[in-house]
Amino acid sequence: MNLENRSAARFKQQAASALKDNNLKTALAKAKDGFVLKRLHAVEDLDEFEAIRAEARKIKDHALSHLDFYLEEFERKVKENGGHVHWAQTPEQACALVMDIVGTEAKQVLKGKSMVSEEMGLNAALEAKGHTVVETDLGEYIIQLAHEPPSHIIAPAVHKTRDQISDLFHGEHPKYGLNERLTEVPDLVNEARQVLREKFLNSDVGITGANFLIAETGSTVIVTNEGNGDLSQILPKVHIVTASIEKVVPTLNDTATLLRLLGRSATGQEMSSYTTFSTGPKRANDHDGPEEFHVVLLDNGRSKVLGSEFQDILRCIKCGACLNHCPVYGAIGGHAYGWVYSGPMGSVLTPLIIGLENSYDLPNACSLNGRCAKVCPMSIPLPDLLRQHRFKAFQRGLTDSRTKLGLKAWAYLVTRPKLYSGLTSLAAKALALLGGSRGVLRKAPLASGWTSVRDLPVPQGQTFQQQWKKASE
Amino acid sequence: MSETRRQIIDNIRASLGRGPLPDGVVTQLRARISEPEQGIRPRFDQDLAERFGEKLQSVAGTLTRVATLNDVPSAIQQYLDQHQLSKNIVMSTHAVLDGIEWPEDWEIEQRPARGEDTISVTGAYAGVAETGTVAILSGTESPSTLNFLPDDHIVVIRMDQIVSHFEDLWWLLQKQDLDMPRTVNLITGPSRTADVEQTIQLGAHGPRRFHVVLVEQRE
Ligand code: SF4
Repeated sequence: MNLENRSAARFKQQAASALKDNNLKTALAKAKDGFVLKRLHAVEDLDEFEAIRAEARKIKDHALSHLDFYLEEFERKVKENGGHVHWAQTPEQACALVMDIVGTEAKQVLKGKSMVSEEMGLNAALEAKGHTVVETDLGEYIIQLAHEPPSHIIAPAVHKTRDQISDLFHGEHPKYGLNERLTEVPDLVNEARQVLREKFLNSDVGITGANFLIAETGSTVIVTNEGNGDLSQILPKVHIVTASIEKVVPTLNDTATLLRLLGRSATGQEMSSYTTFSTGPKRANDHDGPEEFHVVLLDNGRSKVLGSEFQDILRCIKCGACLNHCPVYGAIGGHAYGWVYSGPMGSVLTPLIIGLENSYDLPNACSLNGRCAKVCPMSIPLPDLLRQHRFKAFQRGLTDSRTKLGLKAWAYLVTRPKLYSGLTSLAAKALALLGGSRGVLRKAPLASGWTSVRDLPVPQGQTFQQQWKKASE
Repeated sequence: MSETRRQIIDNIRASLGRGPLPDGVVTQLRARISEPEQGIRPRFDQDLAERFGEKLQSVAGTLTRVATLNDVPSAIQQYLDQHQLSKNIVMSTHAVLDGIEWPEDWEIEQRPARGEDTISVTGAYAGVAETGTVAILSGTESPSTLNFLPDDHIVVIRMDQIVSHFEDLWWLLQKQDLDMPRTVNLITGPSRTADVEQTIQLGAHGPRRFHVVLVEQRE
């Protein structure tokens, strides 16, 4: 796939090329079962999971319906603790704010994982001004070496095989003295540890994201396993947090409730290795920690999503469970979605941020199987929201002409029941004959786009209505 | 107030179909913060120390239980021997470590950690039994770098510092009227990554090993 020119508007072409990528297929197949099983065990082990889930939904709904208050309260507490809060409506504004804080002196900038900074295109902006940007999460580091964007909100390099990572280090690390080809996981991780350790100790600014912002204390919270987000913020002189406005929750206790869902839904962990609460810059008597603490709050259209039929998506805690359980994501990976977010939550969020007209295929990349909604810890009705988008796209005339023609033909038929049942019964018989004893079709007339990468299961020779009639007799 | 800030707040209010919140509601919201709601706590029947140890070990942390603070040095010595580590140790000045007499042949420095340090020994603010988590607050006596730079991080914690759930930890902070320190680290096991083919590998950027010495003696 050509990642330089990828866009949410070219979803279909990108998905088609993703389906032909064998490395991608291997990598995704390895990842999927692990995520699904680990989550399942963690959720089954917690008797209170459903009760906590209901509670979490209430907390986020409450925070969202008083978002103005909690943001202002958060800001007040950050300031009280000696930090600064900056507000941006657009990614451009947010970038400008960060550049201003970074200044011209800073040479090397560390990045902890932040999806909001991806929305901002922050790395490119910093590099254009001559700063060296080092992604420190191992997954992010790997894709930075590959000049690729993340393909998963919690596992950015999930699309890469071990061989590909091995090649990347082999190609890029001779400058750090690496002469052999490392192939084992411990060696690859250790190599990255050594190289990045040097960067941690010699950088001027650290930028992290935030899983939560807490109004009660003015704290920003990151949840990580590697410890890179911590080294990125306690070693440099300046710590900048980039976060979107819907991340704010009222209290530490509320955060505890959400944390009980986040790790379990994301990686099947009861707690990730490091959950870190950062409040202001280092205190007068502290021996380490940043001298400056800044939070850049980005709206990027979210304030307009509030109060709309899409508000539920703002409860998202970016756990990734809906991606891990989505058959479409599992087949094409994250890059095909063409923008920062992928999978079910991406297909809902992307049109809201960059416009449905620039992403009208995304809501269709869904079989409405409902698995995402079932596993979403925040009870976000993802399939319903996708349907809303489809409806809107149709209303606005964004649906492509073939779909429109198909829908018209279907509408013509369903309003004429006799004709409909006659034709479907004919089709069911014909397909059953074509499928033969295997019961699947490798090729189907007019549907080569479907069958080139999947098999089409054929009907049993009777229509649903015929079977229904028989069953109820 | 910046123009952008005003616009964002205005947009939020417009979307929610209202103006600024009435005073009565603001009072309620402030009360919700000062008297925070209790979450739903995962239930467990085990004794706190037992649960703490079990959970910590389930995430590749290790644990030694000792009777008194005097037993701490030999417990750590054992750990150092087991992993064939040096006796060059960076240490925090946390109160729990204060009265302990360390072996004379250890090279101890009390300071924040540097890149070349390999072993740190620190205290902690509390342990959380729910998930086997250790809470460390940054401060003069507890620099955060000690928790992340060395390969081996050893935490000494007294049994009466173990609380049941995260809500208890926050309650303790509030009760002691402690302002939020710059950094609160909730640490649950050693550093790890699964970014290469989802294979879990310990020691990504932070400590490769995380060891707790749990002291039964009460304060
Ligand atoms: S939509 Fe739900 S499942 Fe998907 S990332 Fe957000 S919180 Fe997780």
